[in-house]
Amino acid sequence: MPPKVLLLLALIVFVTGVLRSWFSPEKTRAILAGKREIAGYPLAALLGVFTPFCSCSSVPLFIGFVSAGIPLGVTFSFLIAGPMVGPVGLGLLYGLVGWQIATIYLVFGFTIATVAGWIMGRMGLERYLQDWVRELNTGPVGDLPDERLSFADRLKIGLDQVREILGKVWIWVVIGISIGALIHGYVPEAMMLRIMGGEAWWSVPAAVVVGVPMYTNAAGVIPIVEALLGKGAALGTTLAFMMSVIALSLPEMIILKQVLTYRLIAVFIAVVAAGILATGFLFNIIL
Amino acid sequence: MKTVKVFGPGCKRCAAAETMIHEAADNLGLEVEIEKVTDARSIAMAGVMSTPGIAVDGKLVHAGGLPDAGKLESWLSA
Repeated sequence: MPPKVLLLLALIVFVTGVLRSWFSPEKTRAILAGKREIAGYPLAALLGVFTPFCSCSSVPLFIGFVSAGIPLGVTFSFLIAGPMVGPVGLGLLYGLVGWQIATIYLVFGFTIATVAGWIMGRMGLERYLQDWVRELNTGPVGDLPDERLSFADRLKIGLDQVREILGKVWIWVVIGISIGALIHGYVPEAMMLRIMGGEAWWSVPAAVVVGVPMYTNAAGVIPIVEALLGKGAALGTTLAFMMSVIALSLPEMIILKQVLTYRLIAVFIAVVAAGILATGFLFNIIL
Repeated sequence: MKTVKVFGPGCKRCAAAETMIHEAADNLGLEVEIEKVTDARSIAMAGVMSTPGIAVDGKLVHAGGLPDAGKLESWLSA
């Protein structure tokens, strides 16, 4: 990885880590619980970006939100935005591909999270939660004593994040760069244009379908995205591929299976995939 | 004798939190009994939304990420 990109990534992860030290799932829940539903969607998507949580706690977080009376759709906006608009993805996109694409990704990722949550909220999906979740009433939830942090504590949290996240993602970046190099070296441009060019309309849905089972993350997929774009793949198709890999992941679905029925998981995938398809087609048409 | 509950589905950090609790208790010369709560429902019922969560003698003191070693000792000795 070029040192400049590494530095940029470290900086973005650091700044996000420091900002996130002011947020917690408990505070986010308190903010969202008091909001009118319609303001809840964009706010939930925004908070999804700034609230620290890992996918291993998405189940308790989901239950915590729903049992506090936060509408299901608003909860989904939060859960979609978190992974979709993460600092690692945006940092790498900015460093390897450029700020224009990073901005487009940010705006559309955020919009998909907001709109997909809103659509799901309109669908009345509460009955497709697992039975035990619907019956669960956690009652008034005990508040954690507010841990007072000094600014130095917050800077330290930021540094810890840099160490932890860079230590975790570098291997994915290396794998992504290797695959990107293979694409650069061996895939003929004519073939790329035929498969992922703007003329091949079917390539947008195909990119989404290929992206779902792909076991990687933002760190691994963005070097590949860079190589695809370099070889002439259409922006819309590439965006669709990237969003699908990042936002629709099988391991995440398996975790959510504890609280959602298959039906609700299918609706979730369908609505998010529709948003990704729309984004892909839109960019292939206007560019 | 303190009873400490660690809430978490069994991720790496939950195990690390457990080790930290043992170390803090050894430093203080306290005896602790650690109970691991791994089931999603019980975790949610305790009001924990980010794991690992830690409760000392039934009182939730921490949720999300590894606790600070100094604070951990103060919770245990409280």
